[in-house]
Amino acid sequence: MTATPTHPTTGTDLVERARAAAAQVVDPELPVLTLADLGVLRDVTIEDGPDGDLVVVTVTPTYSGCPAMATMRDDLVHRLRTAGLPRVQVRLSLAPAWSSDWITPRGRAALRKHGISPPGPVERRDGPVPLTLGPVRRATQCPRCTSADVELVSEFGPTACTALYRCRACLDPFEHVKEI
Amino acid sequence: MSHDPLADVIGPDDPGSPYDADSLLIGDDAHWAFGTDFEDPLAGVDTTLPDGVDPAELAEYCLMLGDDALVLSQRLSEWCSRAPDLEEDVALANIALDLLGQARLLLARAAAADPGCVPDLPPSSPVPPEDALAFFRDDREFRNVHLAEAPRGDFGEAVTRLVLLSSWRLALLGRLRESSDPVLAAIAAKGVAEVTYHRDYAARWFVTLARGTDESRRRLASAIAVLWPLVPELFAAHDIEVRVAEAGAGVEPAAVLDEVTGVLDQVFDAAGLERPAIDLRPHARQRGRDGVHTEAMGLLLAEMQVVARAHPTGVW
Repeated sequence: MTATPTHPTTGTDLVERARAAAAQVVDPELPVLTLADLGVLRDVTIEDGPDGDLVVVTVTPTYSGCPAMATMRDDLVHRLRTAGLPRVQVRLSLAPAWSSDWITPRGRAALRKHGISPPGPVERRDGPVPLTLGPVRRATQCPRCTSADVELVSEFGPTACTALYRCRACLDPFEHVKEI
Repeated sequence: MSHDPLADVIGPDDPGSPYDADSLLIGDDAHWAFGTDFEDPLAGVDTTLPDGVDPAELAEYCLMLGDDALVLSQRLSEWCSRAPDLEEDVALANIALDLLGQARLLLARAAAADPGCVPDLPPSSPVPPEDALAFFRDDREFRNVHLAEAPRGDFGEAVTRLVLLSSWRLALLGRLRESSDPVLAAIAAKGVAEVTYHRDYAARWFVTLARGTDESRRRLASAIAVLWPLVPELFAAHDIEVRVAEAGAGVEPAAVLDEVTGVLDQVFDAAGLERPAIDLRPHARQRGRDGVHTEAMGLLLAEMQVVARAHPTGVW
């Protein structure tokens, strides 16, 4: 948190207001969870510029080709302006790369509640990535009937970050947020 | 109705909470807000150059990696509505989208490192630098390898091409995570996670086709025969690649040869096929990195660039 040294009280108030407003914005493609709970909203700070206080919001893309970045940015700007914060700049942060591990417990619960299976923990590795030729195994359960008897339909779903599953118990299809 | 265990975690649907049903989609005005003015994919990222790297050479190196991704993405996009079934259609489009994202970041990095590499456009043009690089360069200015531009072919060729290019690209990106250029290192780190999914997807299909029917195995063998002559270029270093690697920002392609052939051997073994040798003699190489391309590249660019070139000052 960067409170401006010249207006400490105002700066703190501002940053709290800005954080509260930014925390309300939902993901355009997974509107069941907020950008904050998705782990995409990285920081909200105030920079003291010559024209007054500037709200700087830092976001990170989930996937390189995430087509929702511009919408996220516009939604953030609009929400902050509506909250009475007219000067907003949205900046991108590429490192560290977004990980599905950053989805909060609240975000995971929201995903499950809306029929989307949350990601499992990501395996971290440093050297060459091993090839996986066998079937993908995840400890996934159907978000609707909680059966563990599920099958992978495709590793690529309707958005960049989801895979497609089918529940063998209740026969419903569902999306699973991929580990990345 | 049973107790919802999730209610303890996220609470009831309080009005005004972001998880209030009315805030989702329909009631949320903010969701439909548009109209801010910048589209820079590196907005706010520190693009200061690392020490010891020539800016023009770093830019050209980023164009090489970016053009590989852009041209392969365009080829994969040709599968939209043409794949064997809906799941593969979606998968190939997803892979194309990941690569397009990587290309966008890499071309933007090239433009930030050396603005001189961006084609001139009328001052009134709203086209951002990475789009100017994608849509307003001629084939001689593209630096992609020939394997990316080879004609679409059948599904066997799509799978074989993706096995080869994603195995190679994953090895390059894995090492580029240590690039002295923090922007390139960050782009590579994101790309590794994505290309891992691409390679696994393609390798599984490769094995499936090889062990499928006589027809699928015949098609796969034919794809290997058609595409294999384009493999040597992947491991032939261009002078720019050598110098950027020496400066600590890049990777020399020859350095990933053992890693890539190790992966390809696993895939070919599982498929019950013999992997052809890679002819590393200089005369066997294509010269895409020098801007020398095939007829297929001109046709690909014509389709990819026609709308942007017809409306260089267009806004939509």
